[in-house]
Amino acid sequence: MPAAYKFFAEFAQTWGLLYFVGVFLTVLVYALAPSRKDRFDEASRMPLQED
Amino acid sequence: MAQAVAPSKEMTFGEAGSALAFAGLALLSIIIAAKAYTPEYAFHAYLFAAASVAATFAIVNRYYERPAQLPPQTIGGKPNYNMGPVKFATIASVIWGIAGFTIGLLIALQLAFPALNFDTSWLSFGRMRPLHTSAVIFAFGGNVLIASSFYVVQRTCRARMVGDIAPWFVVLGYNFFIVIAGTGYLLGITQGKEYAEPEWYADLWLTIVWVAYLLVFLGTVMRRKEPHIYVANWFYLAFILTIAVLHLGNNATIPVSLFSPKSYIVWSGVQDALVQWWYGHNAVGFFLTAGFLAIMYYFIPKRAERPVYSYRLSIIHFWSLIFMYIWAGPHHLHYTALPDWAQTLGMVFSIMLWMPSWGGMINGLMTLSGAWDKLRTDPVLRLMVVSVAFYGMATFEGPLMSVKAVNSLSHYTDWTIGHVHAGALGWVAYISFGAIYCLVPWLWNKKELYSMKAVSWHFWISTLGIVLYISSMWVAGILQGLMWRAYTGLGFLEYSFIETVEAMHPFYVIRALGGALFVAGSLIMAWNVWKTISAGHEAEEVSQATQPALIAAE
Repeated sequence: MPAAYKFFAEFAQTWGLLYFVGVFLTVLVYALAPSRKDRFDEASRMPLQED
Repeated sequence: MAQAVAPSKEMTFGEAGSALAFAGLALLSIIIAAKAYTPEYAFHAYLFAAASVAATFAIVNRYYERPAQLPPQTIGGKPNYNMGPVKFATIASVIWGIAGFTIGLLIALQLAFPALNFDTSWLSFGRMRPLHTSAVIFAFGGNVLIASSFYVVQRTCRARMVGDIAPWFVVLGYNFFIVIAGTGYLLGITQGKEYAEPEWYADLWLTIVWVAYLLVFLGTVMRRKEPHIYVANWFYLAFILTIAVLHLGNNATIPVSLFSPKSYIVWSGVQDALVQWWYGHNAVGFFLTAGFLAIMYYFIPKRAERPVYSYRLSIIHFWSLIFMYIWAGPHHLHYTALPDWAQTLGMVFSIMLWMPSWGGMINGLMTLSGAWDKLRTDPVLRLMVVSVAFYGMATFEGPLMSVKAVNSLSHYTDWTIGHVHAGALGWVAYISFGAIYCLVPWLWNKKELYSMKAVSWHFWISTLGIVLYISSMWVAGILQGLMWRAYTGLGFLEYSFIETVEAMHPFYVIRALGGALFVAGSLIMAWNVWKTISAGHEAEEVSQATQPALIAAE
């Protein structure tokens, strides 16, 4: 049991951390990429563009 | 399209299947009622039986009444929105709101004047308190979320809601769950876990309803005509999905018997406590935050007639909020048997949560840039903007209170109650009122609300109520915390517990006054909603919701 605990704790503290940082960076890139500017500007008007 | 002969009318799979399922459930409920261990459980089984029989009749009757063809997806190129269930949930939320606020007022008065429980077990604080929290959170808030989500997902996807029976099953089934949960508390049936009081059979029922909710919502998103999924739908989806996971995780119970209302959870002790507060705090994070942020992202831009301030910020704060909230639960268990590192983890994530929370607040408030003047003329927008300000305040106070040093003073005191109500009254209820005030004229095809002046009165009366409520609870809580930890020079506790209770009395009276003002405001809203529906001026445009009985032949 202590071995399993050690394994999971170390996994969470290394790979888990990297995973979350990676996900966050991906979100930043997705949200801030200049190529998506027009798409997001359009999306921000979606509630206003109904019939 | 011209049809010479009327198409033959057939029951859909959904109609036949759900009618049969309800007939089966009615039979099962009657058997359980007959063999139930306790009369309270038998009462609930009879309620299930009665509701199932009613549902079977309603489905079959609806089949005979309806035209042969199901309502079309579009009429004249425009989506044929399904707003019936939305209307029901909107009205239900107003009624449950008044009930929940009134019960809150009663228990606030009971704390000031304990004789008000009239020496009955039914009206005792221990039963009324969960009745209050569930009524306001799940009955009032839940119906607002279901109504607004079904409205927003259809409008922003430009598609009719998926399903024929299913949307009605979600709305009515959810409200039936509320009835079972609420009557259960009055009769003394409870798991004794905050916000998760309903027993196993109610939980099972809610699971079925919630899966249907998820499928209807997801199905509608998948049917969308717009390529992009609007950010409000992301928040709604996060709310629905996470609540499903939380509900299943925290209710992993095994009933004593099919004929007993009592169940036991598969884990115990501190593990149970951790899972409970993982659930409890995420009920705050995903039910009371993500769901209502979805309302903010649709109704504020719509009402202010301004685009979302920063769509990019909405994406970043959405994912940050989702990833962080899930870890914050342990801050409810500071200085308990929970391992110290887990407490610290909960604290650190709670502090980090401040950023995505304020990301949302800034985005909501700044959406008004260029339209600030509307605050002077539109009391509905004012309600929603003040709600976002309260959201910012409550999400600043929360991380502060999660710091262990602060928590050692604030925990178990009325400061917590004040904090919760800053969020619940200021944020959740105000954004809900705003959404209801927007939805009612839209749904019933009225030009505007019956009385804008009444909205203004509602706003000012209930704002005064909130101010009285939270300021009295701040003073009461800090006073209470300081009295509990006061020592004499000889190292004895300076105050007995009853002395601290006595010191709270004036603040409890002020709090009850604040609550009374809040109830008064909600009554004004109910009157206004009623008058808008019954006597409001019709909007010029022909309603989207009207469905022609026959499709005109070309």
